[in-house]
Amino acid sequence: MANQVDLSTTLGNAWFPSPLFTASGCASSGKELAQFFPLKDIGAVVTKSVMNKPRHGRPTPRMAETPSGMLNSIGLQGPGIDAFLANDVPWLLSQGSRVIVSIAGETIDEYSVLARKIRSTPGISAVEVNISCPNVENRGLVFATDCDTSARVVESVRKVIGGEIPILAKLTPDVTNIADVAHSVVNAGADGVALINTVLGMVINLDTMKPHLGGKTGGLSGPAIRPIAVRAIYQVHEALPDLPILGMGGVSSGRDALELILAGASGVSVGTASFGNPTALISIQQQLSELLAQRGFTSLKQAVGYAHR
Amino acid sequence: MSSINKSAVQVTAVVIANKRIGAYHQLILSVGDAVRNCRPGNFIAIQVGGEASRMVLRRAFAISRTSENAQYGGTVELIVAPHGSGSKWLCAQVEGAEVDVITPLGKAFGIPTEPANALLIGGGYGSAPLFGLADVLKSRGCKVDMVLGASNGSKIYAPMEGKRSVNSLKIFTEDGSMGEPGRVTSQLAEIIKERNIEIIYSCGPMAMLKAITEIASEHHVIHQASVEEAMACGIGICMTCVLPVKDETGAISMKRSCIDGPVMDGASVCWDLVGKSTESF
Repeated sequence: MANQVDLSTTLGNAWFPSPLFTASGCASSGKELAQFFPLKDIGAVVTKSVMNKPRHGRPTPRMAETPSGMLNSIGLQGPGIDAFLANDVPWLLSQGSRVIVSIAGETIDEYSVLARKIRSTPGISAVEVNISCPNVENRGLVFATDCDTSARVVESVRKVIGGEIPILAKLTPDVTNIADVAHSVVNAGADGVALINTVLGMVINLDTMKPHLGGKTGGLSGPAIRPIAVRAIYQVHEALPDLPILGMGGVSSGRDALELILAGASGVSVGTASFGNPTALISIQQQLSELLAQRGFTSLKQAVGYAHR
Repeated sequence: MSSINKSAVQVTAVVIANKRIGAYHQLILSVGDAVRNCRPGNFIAIQVGGEASRMVLRRAFAISRTSENAQYGGTVELIVAPHGSGSKWLCAQVEGAEVDVITPLGKAFGIPTEPANALLIGGGYGSAPLFGLADVLKSRGCKVDMVLGASNGSKIYAPMEGKRSVNSLKIFTEDGSMGEPGRVTSQLAEIIKERNIEIIYSCGPMAMLKAITEIASEHHVIHQASVEEAMACGIGICMTCVLPVKDETGAISMKRSCIDGPVMDGASVCWDLVGKSTESF
């Protein structure tokens, strides 16, 4: 019964056999998870947000477990786009994996440079433009907290990429009206949005009586933020029913994935759940298929945004 | 498939035994054939809290010893300090309980190709992986001496049967309640000279590993340190358990203690930079 459900999905002009993806920053570049399941068995690997230059990231401690969640404060540690495109993307493609590359920049120019390098690399299914990483020095200037700056980043990427590769703008829920931000990135040329990035948080260590994380603040993820993700997806789908949404935020079971889909997500990324269980994506995919079938859906697409009827 | 953790498997393990030893719990878990790939220094990542748990992350523990027998198949022994909510949950599991585990993970201790004089240094439950290591070293013809330390005697883990591969064992406690008062580094320089130590293996808190590195470097002794950093995943995808490590060219980068460690060349770790801004790298 379960295998009668067509799980395939699209984001812009990119097609995926399954709606379940890794979440950027929660799967590195795929090699580590490949020990636990074939990467081609999921919809796509969304790689960790990469910047133009190699980056060390923030000091430790970088992690604090919280009730049904965790704070992370990595600060975009990574190899830089050149090494990433030369090593990681070809390896992922050799595994038969579909690849969504997530990029992050400190300036609008940096996003353009990243986009130019991605355009000249074959095989990439889509680009996630991360304009909402909470773990950078200028948190107050996170692009996605402002409609204008969000639009300018997306516009700069769109200009360089042309129409070949879909662009997904990754937004933060830490704004007053997320649908407004979605509107502006769509007007600037985004094909879809990725909702939600982690929520800014803090833990204070009672031994030192100071903020626990080296970077003081961190991004909250895990089941604790799932209702925020569902709300954000629901609001954006309501405002822009035709806009493809890649949903993420605390998904750790098939029922969680279905919840995001019913709210309006065409794809679902799994992040923190993979930390606790490296095969989470595979079980979630199976559970989702069964849950869809039980509800009489013959395809995933029928269920997208079904909560809005 | 992957070059990282290529022997690691995710299996449901059964608790075979759970015994209190001093301040710790000794847990024996049946993990099946995975045990054949477990080497001293490898670790196991365990899901804690059960189905409805609010704890979303695995807990990592060093494997202290392994065995294979007809009744239980492959088993691993862990020494767990019931410290936080995850380790307390694990220590409360009774015989027959099932736990989801991933093992073997991480880089194991390097074993010398020629017999050598080895000194094994453990802080608190950090001694756990050293007894399995002692067995392997002795079987390769190494002479194995051991130094253990802790704040007090109840935190010294030194099982009788574990001492069979050890030539000598010296214990230090900060309150003097067991062995000599002091720390593992108190007589380290003398021990290195007297026993002609060629390689040091250590496991314990960061400050201890740093202090050992300084003395080992002064005496030009190789030092393999098993580090402890907070891990969210244990398999290399979360980037939280990083340490600043220097390569041959002197360039410093943040290395993951789960897959580039937990065993690292002590001299390559920039202990003074741990927790410091990476802008100085």
